[in-house]
Amino acid sequence: MSCLLQLRGIEKRFGSFAALRGVSLELRAGEIHALMGENGAGKSTLIKVITGVHQATGGSMEMAGRAHRPRRPQQAESAGISTVYQEVNLLPNLSIAENIMMGRQPMWGPFIRPVEGRRRARAALARLGLEVDVARPLGACAVALQQMAAIARALDQEARVLILDEPTSSLDAREVAELFAVLRRLRDQGMGILFVSHFLDQVYALSDRITVLRDGGGVGTWDVAELPRLDLVGHMIGKPVAARAAESARNEFRGRAAAGFFQVEQLERRGVAGPFAFGVEAGGATGLAGLLGSGRSELARMLFGIDPATSGKVRVDGREVALHSPRAAMAAGLAFCSEDRKVEGIVPSLSVRENIILALQASRGPLRRLPECEQAALAEKFIQALNIKTRGPETPMGTLSGGNQQKCLLARWMAVQPRLLILDEPTRGIDIGAKGEIEALCAELRRAGLAILFISGELDEVVRNCNQVVVLRDRRQAAVLEGGAISLQRIMETVAAA
Amino acid sequence: MSRLLSSRLLPLFATALVLLVLFAGAGWHYEHFFSARVVLNLFKDRAFLGVIALGMTFVIVSGGIDLSVGSVMACSTVLLATLIMGMGWPVPLAMLVTLGFGAAFGGAQGWIIQAYRIPAFLVTLAGLFLARGLAFMLSPRSLEIRHAVYTDIGARGLPLGDGLTFTLGPIVFVAVLAAAIAVAHGTRFGRTVYALGGSESSAALMGLPVGRTRIAVYALCGAGAALGGILSTVALGSGDPTRGTGLELDAIAAAVIGGTVLSGGRGWMVGTFLGVLILGTIKTILDFEGSLDPAWLRIASGGLLLGFILLQKLIAIRARDI
Ligand SMILES: Nc1ncnc2c1ncn2[C@@H]1O[C@H](COP(=O)(O)OP(=O)(O)OP(=O)(O)O)[C@@H](O)[C@H]1O
Ligand SMILES: [Mg+2]
Repeated sequence: MSCLLQLRGIEKRFGSFAALRGVSLELRAGEIHALMGENGAGKSTLIKVITGVHQATGGSMEMAGRAHRPRRPQQAESAGISTVYQEVNLLPNLSIAENIMMGRQPMWGPFIRPVEGRRRARAALARLGLEVDVARPLGACAVALQQMAAIARALDQEARVLILDEPTSSLDAREVAELFAVLRRLRDQGMGILFVSHFLDQVYALSDRITVLRDGGGVGTWDVAELPRLDLVGHMIGKPVAARAAESARNEFRGRAAAGFFQVEQLERRGVAGPFAFGVEAGGATGLAGLLGSGRSELARMLFGIDPATSGKVRVDGREVALHSPRAAMAAGLAFCSEDRKVEGIVPSLSVRENIILALQASRGPLRRLPECEQAALAEKFIQALNIKTRGPETPMGTLSGGNQQKCLLARWMAVQPRLLILDEPTRGIDIGAKGEIEALCAELRRAGLAILFISGELDEVVRNCNQVVVLRDRRQAAVLEGGAISLQRIMETVAAA
Repeated sequence: MSRLLSSRLLPLFATALVLLVLFAGAGWHYEHFFSARVVLNLFKDRAFLGVIALGMTFVIVSGGIDLSVGSVMACSTVLLATLIMGMGWPVPLAMLVTLGFGAAFGGAQGWIIQAYRIPAFLVTLAGLFLARGLAFMLSPRSLEIRHAVYTDIGARGLPLGDGLTFTLGPIVFVAVLAAAIAVAHGTRFGRTVYALGGSESSAALMGLPVGRTRIAVYALCGAGAALGGILSTVALGSGDPTRGTGLELDAIAAAVIGGTVLSGGRGWMVGTFLGVLILGTIKTILDFEGSLDPAWLRIASGGLLLGFILLQKLIAIRARDI
């Protein structure tokens, strides 16, 4: 098989820190090559070296037999490399069509042909099984659609190498299936595809070979068939997989009083989702399960006052509270770590410490500043507890890897010490080792009396962590399962019931 | 769909509505307001502000700001006067060189902003002082331009009958407006400017020529300021180092009233055009009133500006809620 892209001993330093130390990789024509590694292993950095966002400080690259030394993303593009980056790289102020066609618009002399551009954008999305109004501004679209637009943009280019850095982190199962069908078709046409994902299932379903990075070094490359999952994880973290701490927490909890401090009664936002009715106990974990679009996030936004309910009640400690704004919700003891982390949330120029204490400081008001030493202690605690890979609490957030930034956002909301913490897809984009750590930390917080509302598309996570599961279907509550009644089977049956 | 569209274009509609109301109100109140002459004068008096404000709109949409335009305009008028009267250059050549000066001055500012990552506000603030100083160095006093070609082009124009002519200034203004619309919405360069204002890092990752575009935008704005200067010499027959003081603020106000968002990425050239006309109409009304204190001009502009900024905020909040 012919080799398309060859990397030899790539090194990349940021100041004194070596993000990549001698990585070699060979991408062949007609293969899907998975790039695996923990958060902060150097996957995105390697990709950015390939595409010219960063310049390697050592090593060499060859693209189709010719030396490849891009200084700007444009040069990689013209060499035939098309990329979907991990972070948002879209323009919220322009339409979907313009985002897809930007820089490659069909021209008539010096002028753009907008109608033709929209047609091509529509066609690019249609290849992914999507039919949408491409004239809509991108900023008004759901995250999943934004991600599909980024992918459609990459697919519309005449490329021989396609690089996807965690393209599936906001997609639902159907969209992932469409994407994979397209990727397989492209592979069969001879394209070389480099693919990063933290979902092992996806990696095993899709890829032909796997290269593992650990701490900036290449561990090796294997054929998928020759690498059992446990070995892969072992290579990634350099030690056997951590035992699940969450299971015990769930069992421990059973039997406590069902008198919830937080009661939701016939809560509904007309035309959006509802009604919902359930209670949450102190120290409990309530899972929201259902398909994407079943109303999970809508319920969370309703509770946190982002899109307030139009009818129904919420009681905290028996007293009725009006959750009409995030401020009111925070005052009532709620915290919300949203699914939209890619877009809102991190402040790249502030330090890790400042990002972690942001919500806590906001809840205290500007006048009661958190003492310096307390800030440092908090930051240190969460960096330890969540194993955030950073050179220190004062490192700017923007230089952390994508997964580690997400851990900081979780830390931000945990630091507020709310009574009810809403976590919307907390483990997306987080490597398998860290997932266990987050679950363990949640269990610890629960032992201290904090309640968690847990939203996840991965049902086994819900089953593992929750003592109560609210199953949603078609934007309303379908069932509430408790304790022993919770099983993958039961949830699936309830979701699928007509 | 219709709701979304209306919310996106709402600022533009609001601007058009304000202009209409102002004009209709004044026409109803003052006897001779509603006449071709008033409209013509409006265009004539505002032509150079209009050209400058259009350049400014490009800069603001790209996510920047240019405070130097008033000074660059003044400097251009003096430079042109010196070239023609002092050095005896032919008029077309002198005009070309003046345009080139404006573009080079703006481009240099853009280059500094791009290369050293310094906020545009600071760089162009320095440019504001620099260009004004340069103007006074060329000539501390106003220079009259007495030249056959000049009196000729000053008088020429499209005859509209009734002894009225659509003179050079308005013609250039309208032509520049048409070109600005075509460039902003119909070319890759124009769309890249919007992309830059939307998110610079995304634009760079998309492989768009970020640096080149930014420098070009400031060069364009500088050339706009120089063209504004040229138009003012034609209209007033002189070059003056004190001209256009504070004009940058009028240009920014016109853009914002026209729906351009100061944080970049959103704006319309037509909106700026309407904004310029609104400012001009207020001025005309005050002229008609005669007895009114000119302070009202400032107060009316300030009030309008505030209203439009609040409107934008409102729309932004509503757009997030949809
Ligand atoms: N611009 C930068 N300046 C300094 N350090 C950086 C910069 N970019 C990345 N790093 C560091 O390089 C390391 C590798 O980061 P990278 O983003 O490549 O990780 P990753 O493998 O993509 O992780 P994830 O799965 O979380 O996305 C991290 O420790 C990160 O802090
Ligand atoms: Mg990454």
